[in-house]
Amino acid sequence: MNFETTIGLEVHVELKTQSKMFSPSPVSYGAEPNTMTNVIDWGFPGVLPSINKGAYSYGIMVALALHANITEFTHFDRKNYFYPDNPKAYQITQAEQPLATNGWVEIEVDGQKKKIGIAELHVEEDAGKNQHEPDGYSYVDLNRQGTPLVEIVSKPDIASPEEAYQYLEQLRQIVQFTGASDVKMEEGSMRVDTNLSVAPIGSDQWGTKTEIKNLNSFNHVRDGLAYEQKRQQEVLRAGGEIRQETRRWDVDKKETILMRVKEGADDYRYFPEPDLPPVHVTQAWIADVQATLPEAPAQRRARYVNDWGIPEYDAGVLTNTLEMANFFEATVAAGAEAKQASNWLMGEVSGYLNSEHLELKDVALTPAHLAGMINLIQDGTISSKIAKKVFQEIIKNDTEPKAWVEAKGMVQLSDPAVLTPIVTEILDNNQQSIDDFKAGKDRAIGFLVGNIMKQTRGKANPKVVNQILMTEIKKR
Amino acid sequence: MISKESVAHVAELARLSFSEAELQQYTAQMDDILTMVEKLEAVDTTGVEPTTQSIHLQNVMRADKAVNDTNTEELFKNVPTHKGTLIQVPAIIDKEED
Repeated sequence: MNFETTIGLEVHVELKTQSKMFSPSPVSYGAEPNTMTNVIDWGFPGVLPSINKGAYSYGIMVALALHANITEFTHFDRKNYFYPDNPKAYQITQAEQPLATNGWVEIEVDGQKKKIGIAELHVEEDAGKNQHEPDGYSYVDLNRQGTPLVEIVSKPDIASPEEAYQYLEQLRQIVQFTGASDVKMEEGSMRVDTNLSVAPIGSDQWGTKTEIKNLNSFNHVRDGLAYEQKRQQEVLRAGGEIRQETRRWDVDKKETILMRVKEGADDYRYFPEPDLPPVHVTQAWIADVQATLPEAPAQRRARYVNDWGIPEYDAGVLTNTLEMANFFEATVAAGAEAKQASNWLMGEVSGYLNSEHLELKDVALTPAHLAGMINLIQDGTISSKIAKKVFQEIIKNDTEPKAWVEAKGMVQLSDPAVLTPIVTEILDNNQQSIDDFKAGKDRAIGFLVGNIMKQTRGKANPKVVNQILMTEIKKR
Repeated sequence: MISKESVAHVAELARLSFSEAELQQYTAQMDDILTMVEKLEAVDTTGVEPTTQSIHLQNVMRADKAVNDTNTEELFKNVPTHKGTLIQVPAIIDKEED
């Protein structure tokens, strides 16, 4: 029996606002527990929430970037549940009239492009954090309580773990380029809930889905879903039945482990939030957000390819993160040739960052210095060999490359008036090599160049040396 | 007529546990409340648009500006036990992350 897989992803992204969704407390990461909270976050009796317009605008921005239709008339709802990370015993969310509906993300798997639909996006508040201690108690920090979130719910279009991975990559990129969220899995500003079901090919019914938790990176999502897909197929092939259950991905064992079986639907007793008046998203508001929407990664890629002649693959690498794309454009703006800037960023710079486990923001390199170095190579001031030394210097220290190579005496000798006497002297002393070359032994040239380089302590411009050498040999 | 099972279910969702006698008592009381609310159904609402609000306000919003007026001491007056600035609660074993 062959099966087809259906995957659903719910992605939460934290919005990069100053204050919380329904209270003016600051949004911060890593602050002392409970110091970024107020009576609203604690759910004290009599307090009233208020809507953060900036957060809602960020939500609109994310929705626009994902080609979704913004809901014009909406209101917030209460989702009721009792849990210590949310002292008011309900989460304010949008259940009936979400922020936006019907978006899409385009992915590419094995050279095939595919649009993955987004059913809806809604704005809601985050909960606090619990930590469990061996002393038999749990401890609550409400700093995160109330942080604005957008939840992005995919349509049942994702048919494989690889498609899920690509969808998340594209989603992360698109949202990051809007500037509305940091979308960092490792800091929790992007979180992924997954579900998966399999059904015999051609079946007109969905299979029973399981939820998989503890997927803390895109790789874990791909691996966890691949394991779960195989597990469900094996259960069904053996004549078994899939139960509606929640499973946890065990990173070490590389398998999903049963957490609990779901009995009946969750009972959150949603109802409209009486403390907040409805929201009317006017065309003018949408237009305002649209006007501030930064260029999407796909548009940037197209510009790099069409305007600057960058190969499509390279453009893809450069737009992987907003930081890299901005650095690239700044390097070009600082006067570097685009293809050279791209080569250096994808080659030496990325290599250095990977080997040192650093990000662009952690190194001293600036676009101006990278452009400066590239231009020193282009105009022959330094050789590509010397450039590697210059690169090590400018990425580690905030050093202006031109001044540095001059101070270090690394400037290439390119002046024929200086090089010609050196070349003729070497030729005078190596008649045998001249004879060998004229007899067709090309290798003799290498020997002569080597000697000239030795004489100039590696500073001679090889291109100029070759030209002079040829002219001088012809004369003899 | 609300059933005893429904009341028990709602109590469970609210993490409340009742004795059989209490359950009987609350079922009767909740039934009284619902019967009273049901009187609203006598009102003819033909042609009235559904609404989630009783006041005609919309777009009451604030600018995204942070105000940190945390008074930890005041807030913690309502916390029976804590460790540093962490609130201590009974151990939580199972968590539905949503």
